Amino acid sequence: MNSESISNYLFTNARIIDPSQNMDFVGDLLVKDGTIAAAGQSIEAPQDTMAFDLKGKWLVPGLLDMHVHLREPGEEYKETIESGTSAAIAGGFKAVACMPNTQPVNDSAGITRFIIEKARSSDRAKVYPIAAITLGQRGEQLTEFGDLLNAGAIAFSDDGLPVKNAAVMRQALEYALNFDALIISHSEELDLSRGGVMNEGRVSNILGLKGIPAAAEEIAVFRDIALAELTGGRIHIAHLSTKGSVEIVRQAKNRGVRVTVETAPHYFSLTEKAVFGYNTFSKMSPPLRTEEDRLAIIQGLKDGTIDVIATDHAPHSVIEKECEFQTAANGIIGLETAIPLSLNLVRDGSISASQMIRCMSVSPSKILEVPEGSLKSGNSADICIIDPEAIFTLTLESLHSLSHNSPFLGKDLQGRAVLTLIEGRPVFDPTGILSIPKANQGT
Amino acid sequence: MNCFTAQHILGIYSLSPDEITFILDTAESLKDILQRPIKKVPPLRGKTVVHLFFEPSTRTRLSFELAAKRLSADTVSISANTSSVLKGETLIDTARNIEAMRPDVIVMRHPQTGTPHLLTKYVKSAVINAGDGTNEHPSQALLDVFTVRQHLGHIDNLKVAILGDIIHSRVAHSDIMAFTKMGAKVVVSGPATMLPSRQSEILGAKVVLKMEDALEYADVIIALRIQKERQGQSLIPSLREYSLFFGLTPDKVKLAKTGALIMHPGPINRGVEMAPEVADGPYSVILDQVTNGVAIRMALLSLLLTKS
Repeated sequence: MNSESISNYLFTNARIIDPSQNMDFVGDLLVKDGTIAAAGQSIEAPQDTMAFDLKGKWLVPGLLDMHVHLREPGEEYKETIESGTSAAIAGGFKAVACMPNTQPVNDSAGITRFIIEKARSSDRAKVYPIAAITLGQRGEQLTEFGDLLNAGAIAFSDDGLPVKNAAVMRQALEYALNFDALIISHSEELDLSRGGVMNEGRVSNILGLKGIPAAAEEIAVFRDIALAELTGGRIHIAHLSTKGSVEIVRQAKNRGVRVTVETAPHYFSLTEKAVFGYNTFSKMSPPLRTEEDRLAIIQGLKDGTIDVIATDHAPHSVIEKECEFQTAANGIIGLETAIPLSLNLVRDGSISASQMIRCMSVSPSKILEVPEGSLKSGNSADICIIDPEAIFTLTLESLHSLSHNSPFLGKDLQGRAVLTLIEGRPVFDPTGILSIPKANQGT
Repeated sequence: MNCFTAQHILGIYSLSPDEITFILDTAESLKDILQRPIKKVPPLRGKTVVHLFFEPSTRTRLSFELAAKRLSADTVSISANTSSVLKGETLIDTARNIEAMRPDVIVMRHPQTGTPHLLTKYVKSAVINAGDGTNEHPSQALLDVFTVRQHLGHIDNLKVAILGDIIHSRVAHSDIMAFTKMGAKVVVSGPATMLPSRQSEILGAKVVLKMEDALEYADVIIALRIQKERQGQSLIPSLREYSLFFGLTPDKVKLAKTGALIMHPGPINRGVEMAPEVADGPYSVILDQVTNGVAIRMALLSLLLTKS
């Protein structure tokens, strides 16, 4: 059976979860001519439509990861746009937004166009480039927001080199108002974190490593929120990691500040204890925190203070990771572990399935103002089918990313994407779901 | 009987009280070799010890080299400024190349925390940590415990005061864990910029801001070296201020028990962390520490290399 020839599918017996319509039921969904035609309890297969019994697997809107590093141009030995978007679709993501810290930095329309063109020719997940706030991420002069937006930039961020000068950050938020552009901030007070390589506390004392206090993040989160409040600009704060940050954001949202926030799966899955053994795969920025922080992050997801789960997918090769802990680069890959790690929260009852999908699809698409993650009739058939029970071992061979810097390498994980459709087209179907049609239905 | 099973000496953190006692007892039995006219015995003949030092060191390096030579091992020394590190070789490649020449022990000092631990993943030789970053300096702590046991007969229930830069000092970290594991009560004090933030405890030691509280009834006082480069990091306003408020003076020593041992890992900044009268006073055992250091390092080498 050549799945490429089929353009219409009926998925039956699926758990259809669509937070945009408050839907979570077991039923059928019809894809016709690349769009979603209908969803309901029981749909008859029209002519020329193949039907596939999903046996209770989840059918959700295609996921969007709004914080990844694709490393191209400049560091293609770590990841390319092609390998990164392959990892994305394997992780159930239909689209990713990539940070500008490439070499050269994405601070001009030419680089933005290059990324978009590369993504187009790779023809996997959609790529939304995030451009730098300042030239060269140097924190001094604003980039050409208008030109970059016209070229296809989706938002602005200096990411790991956060804008240090509060006046420059203010200007960025103000200038962004003209374009209703989003500013994404990696909120970190660099003077306070300088030299630190893990969370500051009891574990850093035991390991003899210089710590990064929670305050280094919280001071900057507070500053960025204050500047958003001052200017009326739209700010999105990346990878929240501390209890204090969650509380600062909660208060700001209660005041009506235009702030949205994300966290990454590792901040609700691991703590600073993962650093024992000087494991460089547990080194990241912000660092893994304490159990108390981890629980506060989960609470933030639960009560809606945290809008988004984004992976901060940060590929590094053995050159950056197989070395002294202090020398090792920050960051881990995340695209191919986001679903199982988030599912852990659903399995233990911390959040609902609907909340998980909202954080990974509906909310990020709203924040980035891109086509919504939704299964509404008439929408493009961007669909992710998840087998929440499938257990797999994360190995070098199972990863699509060029890099394997994950603290979960070698571990058993439960739940994964088994089919990713973009505009009705199967882009990831490792188990051949679409090549085994249900007998006696359709033609 | 050799009940010693550790393959490497990476830190006090991973040693049990029994293992520490065994090392001290072994050092005790080896110590008299240092007093003989012919200071050499054959147990490590044919063994090779590589000293891999990525940081300047006089005392520790000399001590390790003499220890190896007293036991008839062959020794080679490599320091960062003469090694291929300067040519851009990674630590792991350096280690693999040294390993390819089949040494038996690598004694390593490195400015980064955790590097000896990293080394063990790539070499079959035994690794001894001679100081890694701000983490541990286990042989220094062992010789400190050994010196106290020699003078006071026991460790348990002693009060040990450690003064100075606690948070950045690998000697402090190893000392705290070693004395605590052997049953002593350790109290640390110093400028708050050199103590853990808002923690009343570090690695089992009590943290106090008042130096007097640390010194009161102390049996042992260990003053740490103030690294002069710390001055510019605004951890302390000036060395002068440090000596006035945190230096160990004869007056402060009076707060401790009479006859309290005065110790320092060296090299001393005389008049900064310790007044000369204290360093040279009747209860100073600073030079005994240095002598004992050789015995402790002999014990470590022989325990690692003479296992069945």
